Amino acid sequence: MPPADGWPGLLAAAARLSWDLSRDLHLLLQYPFMRNAFVAGGVAAVMCGVIGWFAVLRGETYAAHTLATVAFPGASGAVYLGLAPLVGYFGFAVAGAGLIAGLSPPQPGHRERHSATVGAIQAVALALGFWFVSLYQGFLTSLSGFLFGSFLGVTRVDVAVLMVTAVLALGVLAVLGRPLLFASVDPLVAEAAGVPVRAVSLLYLILLGCAVAEASQFTGVLLVLALLVVPAATASALTARPSVGLALSVGLALVTVWGGLAAAYFTNRPVGFWVTSIGFAGYVLARAAAAAGRRWNRRVVTA
Amino acid sequence: MRLVSLAAWAGPLAHDFFRRAFAAGTAAAIAAGLVGSFLVLRNQVFAGDALSHVAFTGGLGALAFGFAARSGVFTATVAVAILLAVLGGRARLNDVVTGVVFTWLLGLGVLFLSVFTSSRATGNGAGAVRVLFGSIFGIDAATAAQTGWIAAGVVVAMLLISRPLLFATIDPGVAEARGIPVRALNVVFLVAAGVMIAQLVQVVGALLLLGLITTPAATAQRLTARPWRAMTATVAIAVATVWAGLWLSYVRPSLPPSSAIIAVGFVAWLAVEASARVRRRHRHRPVEVPAGA
Repeated sequence: MPPADGWPGLLAAAARLSWDLSRDLHLLLQYPFMRNAFVAGGVAAVMCGVIGWFAVLRGETYAAHTLATVAFPGASGAVYLGLAPLVGYFGFAVAGAGLIAGLSPPQPGHRERHSATVGAIQAVALALGFWFVSLYQGFLTSLSGFLFGSFLGVTRVDVAVLMVTAVLALGVLAVLGRPLLFASVDPLVAEAAGVPVRAVSLLYLILLGCAVAEASQFTGVLLVLALLVVPAATASALTARPSVGLALSVGLALVTVWGGLAAAYFTNRPVGFWVTSIGFAGYVLARAAAAAGRRWNRRVVTA
Repeated sequence: MRLVSLAAWAGPLAHDFFRRAFAAGTAAAIAAGLVGSFLVLRNQVFAGDALSHVAFTGGLGALAFGFAARSGVFTATVAVAILLAVLGGRARLNDVVTGVVFTWLLGLGVLFLSVFTSSRATGNGAGAVRVLFGSIFGIDAATAAQTGWIAAGVVVAMLLISRPLLFATIDPGVAEARGIPVRALNVVFLVAAGVMIAQLVQVVGALLLLGLITTPAATAQRLTARPWRAMTATVAIAVATVWAGLWLSYVRPSLPPSSAIIAVGFVAWLAVEASARVRRRHRHRPVEVPAGA
């Protein structure tokens, strides 16, 4: 297996982009680790596109970032105890989701206390992770790939785990979707209509934790929002309709992750950089297009 | 026996490194507590967090192009503070915008990291680790003094704008109608926060900084709903947490100081949170009506 940290320069030096598309594709997919990365990246993108769209709708961006950083003590603790990092990712992400839901103020409408709660939990998680790292010095060598992404270490077992999680999470979301949409748009009315708003929020945060644990395999824990929030924010800038927005969000996430993997492979630059840049370019274009569209509409109306 | 325990309490202050950490830590706690209580009230905690990560991009960018890391950290942090304030516009800064901008800037930081580490044979994530986690026990006298001055400047600026800023935070519409420059205040506040974050990230690391910004403010807001009292309590809690954490880390060297300080703050917060919940449950218990009344 190639090292998780640092770029295998020899591999990349042989891979030069050309105008021959089929040759490029062949180069791109000739190694098993790249095939694994493409499959797993696709699965993660579908899951993140759907779950992230709800995160943007609910304004849970900061919670998503925090659940990603919670993966840091998870992975470092698992490495310290000799377990697979993925166990730590999922375990801590779910525990973090429970903690955020439990410690947030019970009354709706106290968003500021919510954001302080989330930030404080993130600080504790990072402190715990740092403590694990200082107990187990060896983990430091692969920290850069862990924080900022590396697709070289994705194994077939990881791919299988990701697929099972994605199917389970999307299945839960299919059942949860309607009450979640109701509770996100108007929590007070939803509560009055008998939707268990707090339980729905907790379940959603757990799903968010799972999505984050998946996305961080590619983007690293610090750049998770590139798959989870940026495509969804782009989609939300273009359309307010849930069905179209969800589809757009998934499509953009797929383009982001596959484009990022390919660009990183051919340019010898980190995948985290490409994934965030592709996503950001799309967001800026979408905002500009939306602004131009608004101006156009106004002109049509006044004319 | 008494003498021994006294020596154990005062012992750490005999060391130069501990005195410097103590002084810089106290200054950091006061400034971060003050800025943090406004960040929490204004729902801009994520923006503060993002600024501390942008410092990383700025530092690495300066290194990659051959400048001093310090200049890059300050430039990037202040520039992004202004950018976020402008992007937020009339409405309160939105967490989604913060998240999108912040993710891309961090991605740029990764590019700089790869340029920097491939142009110099040494180094892997070690530099990133230092930026993220800092080392309050490793600062020199000049840095400690500098931290003190910058913290003092930020505190003075915050005290000067605190009254109109509080008004603009609680009710922006009414404040604007009364002629308070709400948007300008937002820019000034985020720039002050940016300057403080740029300095503290280099001294104590992004981790401890986040702990000082959020946990004391979250604790204080549980204790009281009055803004000025909450602000005072935030600063007091931040300072007490830093002192207790530094001492704990001195007694138990296997515990990094930043982790120790945050752990102390977290335990205090949990205690306050639990007692607040118990009290509320008490209040909501139905009043028993005596029979025959």
